[in-house]
Amino acid sequence: MAGTIAGQDRRKAFMLLSPAYLWLTVAVFLPLSAMAYFSFLSDVPFGGKDWHFTIANYRAFFETGTYATLMWKSLKLGLIVTAVSVVVGFPCAYVLAKVVKGRAREALFLLVILPFWSNSLVRIFSWAIVLRGNGVLDRAVNAVLPWDVKLNLMFSPTAIVIGLVHSYLPYVILTSYLALQAIDDSLIEAARSLGAKRRTILWRLILPLAAPGIIAGAVLIFVPVVGSFMEPRLLGGRLGTYYGTVIEDQFVAVFNWPLGAALSFILLAVVLAILAAASPMLKRAAT
Amino acid sequence: MSNRFLAHLGRAYLGLILFFLYAPILVMAAMSLNASEFYQLPFKFSGEWYDRLWNNREILAAAGRSIWIAVVVTVIATTLGTAASIALFRHDFPGKRILQALLFPPIAIPWLITGTAMLIFFFGIGIGRGTPAVIIGHVALALPYVIVVVSARLASFDRVLEEAARSLGASAWQVTRAVTVPWILPGIIAGGLFAFAVSFDQFVVSYFLSEPGDTTLPVLIYTSIRKGFTPEINAISTIIIAVSMGLMLLAARFTKFGGDR
Repeated sequence: MAGTIAGQDRRKAFMLLSPAYLWLTVAVFLPLSAMAYFSFLSDVPFGGKDWHFTIANYRAFFETGTYATLMWKSLKLGLIVTAVSVVVGFPCAYVLAKVVKGRAREALFLLVILPFWSNSLVRIFSWAIVLRGNGVLDRAVNAVLPWDVKLNLMFSPTAIVIGLVHSYLPYVILTSYLALQAIDDSLIEAARSLGAKRRTILWRLILPLAAPGIIAGAVLIFVPVVGSFMEPRLLGGRLGTYYGTVIEDQFVAVFNWPLGAALSFILLAVVLAILAAASPMLKRAAT
Repeated sequence: MSNRFLAHLGRAYLGLILFFLYAPILVMAAMSLNASEFYQLPFKFSGEWYDRLWNNREILAAAGRSIWIAVVVTVIATTLGTAASIALFRHDFPGKRILQALLFPPIAIPWLITGTAMLIFFFGIGIGRGTPAVIIGHVALALPYVIVVVSARLASFDRVLEEAARSLGASAWQVTRAVTVPWILPGIIAGGLFAFAVSFDQFVVSYFLSEPGDTTLPVLIYTSIRKGFTPEINAISTIIIAVSMGLMLLAARFTKFGGDR
């Protein structure tokens, strides 16, 4: 009897689960497999075109050097944005978790997280308005400083970094905040009463304990930044050619889908390698 | 340095971060009410861009399409997601951990990769570009969020309640409808709001999957900015930010954002 009950149970679970997972399969997992297949074709296999299997798309990445250079440029952008976000965001998370108390904390935390859940494209657009030449920022800086300055931030790598930090900063604040909140205050008190200096407490106690949260936030920022294309386009202008924008071009401008698929797949491999390397930390941060 | 001074310094720093996060959005909102279409200062109040917006049929059509798609996505993702969450909560079976792990690729993989992969696959199987493709894609992106939010709510559900209802003679379906679902309703509402926001704000996947000339609002905004934007884009962007922030404040009432309550 027990066997049939377990079987019935399993059938119910299957019926509840299969629509969601079938959907994910059709919309995410099969497309990723299709992309892998496409990346080995010489041309798209529809519209009556001639095509055959080839590794030319991958050779293009490793032989021409252009794509590898752009990949490196995107990885560097990811590192810079991640580093700035962690350095700026961690102190903010610390103040939220350990200095502010009560209802004020709840409200401030929500205020910090809120922009993250609003439209990222529109937020990048708002930076374009602020940073443009003779725009609001130029005016504000010139009103404060007595001499004349031209910032010329728009269409520069700095503009891209500012926009991306603005987009992803809440991630690292959120994960660091959760990690910091889990640190028992009495632990810090104990260290202090034993005569530890502020700096010692920070480096030997708080940072090691908060590390999983910081790393989780860093990964959550680094991965999408390496694959970003909209932000470099809108804020970088002509300088805004990155690995992501080249992939975008293959699909919407040049229509070389097999090459685009290969470039996407190489990016996916890089992303998965990063996620795999960080997964022990991510697991620790999740619990 | 005294602790008190440091605490003040910390609060000031927090204020600075909030200024950094909100200033550009407020500048954009102000510029949408500025008379000059080249954002010229000094500021002169004008509601002209909002007036023009109501007459811009292209933007209004895209806005209507975005809302319609988001509603459809919300209904599908919330239904499928809630069913899956209940199954993951109630049943133990081999491979459950794998199923839970499979929720992360749609969130963790950059949308550029997911979007282009969907474009290739949908063309391959004949769906092609267009609103159905956009809906299929958005639901897949929204599903993991719904499952995570509803599962978080289920974690606080006492299974004894279900057993009590069963022992009083309720059928499995009655238990679900009269006991389980009412309890997790705040989670379902919050999950639905997340799904709506994911779809309504989604740009990357829509960009690759929507038909040119038949696009969603974020895609229309992107192409308008690249063409050399019209000031109406300012006005509609301000409205979008207000709507999505409002939605999230609403969702925050039904769930906790990882903060303590």
